[in-house]
Order: sequence, then C-alpha cells, then structure tokens
Amino acid sequence: MSAHPKRELPHNLGSVDQVPVGEGRAFGVEGEQVAVFRLRDGSLRALSAVCPHKGGPIADGTIDQQVVMCPLHQNAFELDTGCSTTGAEPLQAYNVEIDAERNIILQMTERSVGN
Amino acid sequence: MTSILDRDQPKSQHRHPGRQGRPQPKQQARQGKPAARRRLVVIGNGMAGARAVEEILARGGAEQFTITMFGDEPYGNYNRIMLSHVLAGEENDADIFLNSLHWYQDNNITLHAGVRVERIDRFTKYVFASNGHVVPYDVLIIATGSQSFMPPMDGLYTPSGSVKPGVFTFRTIDDTRNMVRHARLEDHLPERQRRAVVIGGGLLGLEAARGLQSHGIDVDVVHSGGHLMNAQLGPDGGAILRRSVEALGITVHTGSRTTAVLGTDKVTGVRLRDQPDIGCDMVVVAAGIRPNVDLAVLSGLHVERAIVVDDQLRVVDEDDIYAVGECVQHRGEVYGLVAPLWEQAAVLADHVTGADTSSAYLGSRIATKLKVAGVEVASMGLKGPERATDEHIVFSEPSRGVFKSIVIRDNKMVGATLLGDSRKVAYLTQAFDKGLPLPEERISLMFDLGTPGEEQGVAELDDDAQVCNCNGVSKKSLVDAVKGGCNTVAGAMDATRAGKGCGSCKLLVKQVVEWAADGAVEEDPAASYYVPGIPLDKPSLMAAIRKQGLRSVSQVFAALAPGSVEDAKSKMGLASLMKMMLADRYIDERDARFINDRVHANIQRDGTFSVVPQMKGGVTSVQQLRRIADVAEKHNIPLIKLTGGQRIDLLGVPKEDLPQVWADLDMPSGYAYGKSFRTVKTCVGKDFCRYGTGDSTKLGIEIESRFQGIESPAKLKLAVSGCPRNCAESLVKDVGVVAVEGGRWEIYVGGAAGAHIRKGDLLATVDDPEQVKVLAGRFMQYYRENANWLERTYAFVPRVGIEHIHAVVVDDAEGIAADLDAAMQASVDSYVDPWTERDDPLTPGQFRTSLPLTVLPQVPVR
Ligand code: SRM
Ligand SMILES: Cc1cc2nc3c(=O)[nH]c(=O)nc-3n(C[C@H](O)[C@H](O)[C@H](O)COP(=O)(O)OP(=O)(O)OC[C@H]3O[C@@H](n4cnc5c(N)ncnc54)[C@H](O)[C@@H]3O)c2cc1C
Ligand code: SF4
Ligand code: FES
Repeated sequence: MSAHPKRELPHNLGSVDQVPVGEGRAFGVEGEQVAVFRLRDGSLRALSAVCPHKGGPIADGTIDQQVVMCPLHQNAFELDTGCSTTGAEPLQAYNVEIDAERNIILQMTERSVGN
Repeated sequence: MTSILDRDQPKSQHRHPGRQGRPQPKQQARQGKPAARRRLVVIGNGMAGARAVEEILARGGAEQFTITMFGDEPYGNYNRIMLSHVLAGEENDADIFLNSLHWYQDNNITLHAGVRVERIDRFTKYVFASNGHVVPYDVLIIATGSQSFMPPMDGLYTPSGSVKPGVFTFRTIDDTRNMVRHARLEDHLPERQRRAVVIGGGLLGLEAARGLQSHGIDVDVVHSGGHLMNAQLGPDGGAILRRSVEALGITVHTGSRTTAVLGTDKVTGVRLRDQPDIGCDMVVVAAGIRPNVDLAVLSGLHVERAIVVDDQLRVVDEDDIYAVGECVQHRGEVYGLVAPLWEQAAVLADHVTGADTSSAYLGSRIATKLKVAGVEVASMGLKGPERATDEHIVFSEPSRGVFKSIVIRDNKMVGATLLGDSRKVAYLTQAFDKGLPLPEERISLMFDLGTPGEEQGVAELDDDAQVCNCNGVSKKSLVDAVKGGCNTVAGAMDATRAGKGCGSCKLLVKQVVEWAADGAVEEDPAASYYVPGIPLDKPSLMAAIRKQGLRSVSQVFAALAPGSVEDAKSKMGLASLMKMMLADRYIDERDARFINDRVHANIQRDGTFSVVPQMKGGVTSVQQLRRIADVAEKHNIPLIKLTGGQRIDLLGVPKEDLPQVWADLDMPSGYAYGKSFRTVKTCVGKDFCRYGTGDSTKLGIEIESRFQGIESPAKLKLAVSGCPRNCAESLVKDVGVVAVEGGRWEIYVGGAAGAHIRKGDLLATVDDPEQVKVLAGRFMQYYRENANWLERTYAFVPRVGIEHIHAVVVDDAEGIAADLDAAMQASVDSYVDPWTERDDPLTPGQFRTSLPLTVLPQVPVR
C-alpha cells in the first residue's frame, strides 16, 4: 500500500538465466520482495512476492501465460496486472524487461492499480 | 483495500475497458450518450443490489442501460450469509465473493466501490457521492440494506465518540475480519482464558458465538428475550436449542439485559441488570438490524420503518426510483433474510426493463432453513397454536436436541418448527406454501413412516416449490434449466445458481436435476477431462500422447490444448501422467511440477519445508536415529515428529537448507510430499509377536523397496499386518495386506481412513509373498493408468467395481496383465532418489528462498 508515487527507476537484477523458463524467482529490491517470472514464450513478468492471502511465496507458484497460482491455497493472480482471478486481494505488478545484455531490468513504478 | 476504489485512482482505467473517463459533475449529462441507452444507477452493492442488476441483465438490460453502481463497502458483492463461516474459519473470505470484479467489467458496469451516496436529487435526477461524484440517472435503484442496531447502553463509546476498542458488530466483511484479528491477538489478558460476550441470542448472535468459540474463546450469550431465537422459535423449541448450544460450551443468559460495557479505554466486561458483571475482553453486539434509510429520508422519499415500495418495488410516489432488499418496507413487512430479496429483485427487473409489466410482488411467506451454530433450524408460519381449534403436534427429544412442532388449522399446515433434524423440510415447506392436504396420520408429517420418501418427494414437489432458499430457485427453474439442455448437475447449478448460497440444499438440487433429466443426467463434459485445460478424458489423452509421440508437458499443450494455451492448473496432472506413461523417455520440464516436486519436500504454511526420510516399513536403526538426531541438532530443526506413516518428520526447514539437510542425513527421500507411492506401514509380525502368522515387516520393506517413489494419480499408502488383528490398519489402506492362518496373505484394495473412511475390498488371497508383490504392483499399475487425476483408490475401486478389477488383475480377463507388469517394471527401473539433486541442482536457484527473508538475493550492486 503506497500512497506516495515512486520514481521510475530501472533496477538491473542481473542475468535472466537466474530464472528458469516457466518458473519464478524472488528478488529483494529497494526493501521490497519482487517475484520475477520467465514465461515459456521468453518474456518476463514481475509481481510482488508475498501472497496477500496468507503470505504464501508467490515465486514458488505454478504459472502459465496468464496467471500464477500461489502454492499454498491456489489463489491465482494475473501476471500482467496482479489482479486475482480467484477473488483475493491483488498483487503489485511491475514493468520488467530484458535488455541487450540479457539482464533483467525492473521498473519499481507500480503498473497495477492495487493500492 | 481492494483495487477498485475509484476515488484517487485514474490509473485504474485499464482494468475497466468499458468505463468512461472520470465524470465531471454534470458534464456527463450534457455531453450525454446517444439517447438510446438510459442511465441506471444502483445505490448499494450488496446481495439485493447486485442481484437486481443480474436480473436486469438477464432481461436484456445491457442493451437498454448504461449501469453505474455505488457501494459503501470497498469490495465487489459477496455472500453475507457466509460471514458466519468466515468467522468460524471454515471459509476463506476470498471465497465468498458472488460477483468478482471481472463480472462488473464483463458487463460494462461502472462500479464505485468504497463510495457512499449521500444525497439524491429526485427532481433533477442526480445522485451525489461522498467522493464528489455527481452522477445523473434515468432510473435509480436503492438497495442500501441494513446495519447492526446498537441498543442503548452505557460505555459503548469512548469519550471521543468512537466505539470502544473490543466492541464489534457483525454485518460486513470488515466487521468479520476485525473480529478474527482481535480473536487471534494473544496478548490481552494473558493471565486468564479469554472471554467474549455476545449481546443478542438470535440467529446472528448464536452464529457469532459459535464462530468465536472456534478461536478458543469462552463465549457468553446475553439475550434479553425469554428464550433463544424468539423470532423463529416458541419457548419449547428455544429451550431445546439452548440445551444444544450449551452442550457446545456456550453459556446462555436469557431474560437479561446488558446495561453497560465496562472498561475505560478498552472492554473489560459487561454489566447486566440484576445479575453479576461478566468479565470479558470482547463484546459483539448482535441485537438486531435497522434498515439504512438515512439517505432516503434526507432525499425526501417516503420512509416509515423502511423505504415504502409498492407491488412493483417502486418507491411510493416516485416514477423512476425503485428500492429492493432489507431497506424496503412492502405491505408493512420488512424482511431480514435473503429469500424475499430474490423474489423482489425479479419483479423489480420485470418492471425496470419492461419485460413483464404485469408482474407483481405480493410479499414472501417466510420459510427459513438455517444452520445456526451447527444446529439445523427450520421455521415457517406460526410458532404455536393461536386458536382453540388449532391442532398442535409436538415431538421433543431434548437429549438429541431434536424438537418438531407443527400447527394445523382446518387441515392445512399453518406453521412448523424443526430443530436438529430437517429431513422433512422440503415436504413441509411445500405443504405450508401450497396448503397441501395433509395425511391423516399426522405423525407421518414429522417422520418418514409412509410419507413420500426422497424419490417420490421430488416428483411430488410443486413446480414453484423453492429448492434453493439462498438464491430463490424453484423446482421449475431447475427443471427448465434441465429441459433447456443443462443436463449436468453442475451445469444446472451454474445456470440457476441453485446450491450456490449456503449449500444446504445441494442434495435436493441433485435429486431434482436427476429427476428432471429422467435418468439422462450427463456428467459435466469437463468433469471427464483428465486435466481442466485439455478437453480429453484419460484414455483419449493417453492415446493422443502415444499417437503423436508427445514427450513433454509443453508439447502436450502445444498439440492438444485449445489454442495451444498452457494452463497452470493442468500442469501437475500432466507431468505425473507422462512420467507414468513414458518413464525414462519423459522430458521432465521442471516448471510443470508443483513446488513440492521441484524441491522434493512438502511446503508448509510459512513457506518452509518438511523433510521425511525413507524409513522402510517403519523400521529404523541406531545409526539412522543417531544421524537424524545429529541433523536435527545441527540444523536447529524446530519440530521433530513421528508421522502417522511410521517415520520421522523434520519440520520447518528453509528451502535453501534442504540440500545440506539431505546431504547430512544421507538417506533417501520418503516421498511424503508427492502424488506418489508413499509408505508401507507394518506391524512387528511373526518374528516377535506371539500372534503373528506372517513376516509382515519383511514383506512391507520389500514392497516399499520395490515401488518407492512411483508417481500415481493420487497418493498410495500401503500396509502389511501380520495377522487379522491388523495392527498396521491394512483394511483402510490403498493396498493393505493381511497375513492369515496357513501362511496365506489377503490383499485388500481401495481402503481409506483419511477424509473418507472405507474398508478395502478383498482383491485376492494368495499363498506366497512374491505373489503379493506381483498383484499389488499390477493393481497399482491398473490404477495409475485408469484413475482420474487426484482420484484416490477409495473412489476408484468402487467406481470401477472390485469384480472388474479382480477380473483384470487376478484372472487377466483382458489379457493385459503382462503389459501392466511390464509398465510397472519400467517405472520401478527408472527410480532415482530425488534427493541426489542436492549435489547438482537441476535449475538455477532451485533451492533459492522465495520467502520474505533477508537472505533473498538482493539486487546486485553494479
Ligand atoms: C506428516 C503427516 C501428519 C503427521 O504428523 O503424522 C501428514 C501431513 C499432511 N497430510 Fe496427511 N499426513 C500424514 C499421514 C496421513 C494419514 C495416515 C497414514 O498415512 O497412515 C492419512 C490417512 C490415510 C489417507 O491418506 O487417506 C492422511 C490423510 C491426508 C489427507 C486426506 C486424503 C484423503 O483423500 O482422504 C490429506 C489431504 C490430501 O491428500 O488432499 C493429507 C494431507 C497432508 C498434508 C500433505 C497437507 C499439505 O498438503 O500440506 C500434510 C503436510 C503437513 C506438513 O506441513 O508437512 N493427509 N495423512 C503424516 C505423514 C505420513 C507419512 O509419513 O508420510
Ligand atoms: C452474519 C450474517 C449471517 C446471515 N445469515 C443469513 C442466513 O443464514 N439466511 C438468510 O436468509 N439471511 C442471512 N443473513 C441476512 C442476509 O445477509 C441479508 O438479508 C442480505 O444481505 C440483505 O441484502 P441487502 O442487499 O438488502 O443488504 P446488504 O447485503 O447489507 O447490502 C447493502 C449494501 O449497500 C451499501 N450501502 C448502504 N448505504 C449506502 C449508500 N448510501 N451508498 C452506497 N452504498 C450503501 C452497504 O454498505 C451494503 O454493502 C445473514 C446476515 C449476516 C450479517
Ligand atoms: S490432519 Fe494432516 S492436513 Fe490436517 S493439519 Fe494435520 S497434518 Fe495437516
Ligand atoms: S497464501 Fe497464497 S493462496 Fe493462501
């Protein structure tokens, strides 16, 4: 929950190879926990890493092209927006991409509407 | 807070594609939409408001209206009834939503959640909202519901005017969350057991009491009436309910009025009139409800006890304003249960859309079926006789908490109360609603002597008899849904919403659908898919995988899923199936596995894992025990526990420590995390036990050594007992073996003693332990190839039938025994202890923490 707008600051999280295809890994960025997922089409998505339901580790979830399912009670969240498709509170979604050096570049500005 | 707060979030637009820009006051009116669509505004996004909109949409309302809804609560519409279950921890608050945010988006409804409407200008037709929005309407619906009533008593409020900390009401999801949070706080009153006082012994109060109790709190219910639930029950029924409630450990004070809440800055107790104070650190006020009418009063609408509406649900003297739900007074009645709201919403929608201008709401006959604090309560009409000529039939069995009372006038039923046994409710409700002629032998109204049994009951139910009381679904609606092509139970439930409220009518719904389909009930096609994302049942899926030579889960999605779309929910099932089918030839994509199978341990509630090393047959050694002890000490294992599967569990291991723990243990995985072969429990057997007739320990170890770790559609748990005393509980195992006199072995399959209890069926009696291993293996392979995903043997065996299984597995009636044996052998041969991955992680960061811990990889500083 952040009322104050964040600066658009790119963070280089290092090589994309840290995240296996089809899985997620958690990173600590500016004191926040961010789960970065590498989809099977090669693109990345980033969401806040702690499930709003009961604190489950989102990076351990199972994903497809649309959603990540929390491993604890199977709430699902859209990878694009962080919105839950199962009625849970939303996760924060962040912009993330791969740069020319194949590094993960994360923007800490929130792109979802969760507040 | 949810994301749908409109107030300060222009960003939220991309989630509401159909939504207009933030309306400026009045501007929207001028710029106008093409006149074709009128503007419908709904105030109140609760059960009645949302239902009214659903009914309007069902009558083509989307073409007629642009719809805007305001809700004071910052959420979509949820099932308020289920809050009792949320309080009791039986239901998750996320699971009670009736209309998800998607529903609003999909139907192009602009939802202002968390926004109150403060005033209506009924002359210029605008509503004024708390966030400054001014929105014009052509048609307005008021569905503001009720709020908890706060009876006058001293000390309810702090001097600053806020409700005293520790005092709660029970109406909204936020109320419920606050109570749960408070109930879970351990630190107030550490020196004595925590106690809550619930003020009010009606439906809500009793539900609150029961819910709080489940948090380990002692509860007193203080009720000013002479007996509990006096709105629904007479004194005799009330007395029996009291016994049942007290038997649950709840203390009941009837005829007592609370005069004050004690404590200066937080609750320390309550004061009763003429009775000693009760000390407590929590007070829940459940003393009735009051309709939310402030808005209507302020806006000049006709309000008495509630907003007065006519038979069309139109507010008296208004052309374009309707009202529905608990905020409504119709023909002098104000209702406080959901069933009447459904009837109102349907009539309202008929008029708002013009679908049926002759439709009229004439009031509801209240027949309620409730589950209060775990006790079934059904009540309708009169609580007791009123005239000298009224017949009153009463059955009372206090020790079982059963009470039944029926009031009959002129051979018609005019009232009934059933407590603790609601089996006859469907029939009685109908007799009550329809004025059915009653059997002469009155006792048969209460018990199944000669009255319509279940089958007949459904056939005899009247068309408009209400089957689902939560969603107001009649027998006819269900029958129509079936006739309209929904011949699956799930389909008819989705189409009508029957059974989607409190769920107490599901059995009846199923019976009605089965009756209506006249034996032609189909299983939901999706119900036959092996996994939800691939529209094939198991045999077709396996055939397609073989035919196309698919070897990995992603290949299956690409080749067989509609649109080649991956589906997270299907991955684990596919991974297990393909490993079973292909053994060594399976291309193992780690992302298809559930986290447990990626790190070979069971994830726990805090995101740590448990480690259960293999301990074949429950037999261990000094060396093993010493090693386990050393490991537990070295790694500060928080809990060491003997499991129900006869081995030792090391709980609370962080993911990143798993490889080291396994290395230090140097024992194989016990597979306590997978959908796989788990354990073989054994008893001591004939070498030591004076009764033992077979060496159960030895055979158990051999079975576990052979089948360790094989994946299967669901868990496989086995046992071998040395004699029919069955100390290893073989009769309730997926495969259970019992040594019997004469060196013979019985093999049972399909037993269970977990979520279900089932005694296994005898598959065969054999002479030789080797034969046990062959048949057990063959049975398990047959199960692996034919069971549905997550279908345990206790469901599979009765579904397929033990005779058939016997024919295939023992008599080889289908000539596939050799194939089954070979396939199982291939799986056995491809076994690799997964804990060897410790030395060479298969994926980058396989054991990296995902928890909010500081050891997380931080952003590299460059
Ligand atoms: C550790 C253990 C409890 C204990 O401390 O003794 C246990 C723990 C769990 N059981 Fe169990 N069960 C354990 C023995 C049992 C038994 C008894 C037995 O195996 O002899 C049963 C009844 C037999 C049966 O399986 O039917 C049992 C029936 C269940 C069920 C109900 C299955 C069913 O369909 O009836 C579940 C839920 C499920 O599978 O979906 C379950 C699920 C679970 C899970 C895995 C829940 C989960 O998904 O996280 C628990 C893991 C807790 C954790 O944090 O690690 N556990 N569970 C036992 C491990 C035995 C072992 O050594 O492998
Ligand atoms: C714990 C509990 C258990 C229950 N159990 C049962 C049961 O077992 N069976 C049964 O039949 N009934 C039960 N009920 C009663 C049932 O929930 C109600 O009858 C039903 O919810 C009433 O629907 P409604 O839409 O009229 O009011 P509500 O569901 O209360 O909805 C009204 C909504 O309007 C909003 N609102 C009010 N004023 C404004 C405003 N000015 N601007 C914007 N929004 C506003 C409110 O915030 C609220 O969200 C139970 C109720 C509770 C609390
Ligand atoms: S019974 Fe099994 S699933 Fe339930 S809490 Fe105990 S270990 Fe967990
Ligand atoms: S913690 Fe994520 S679903 Fe429960």
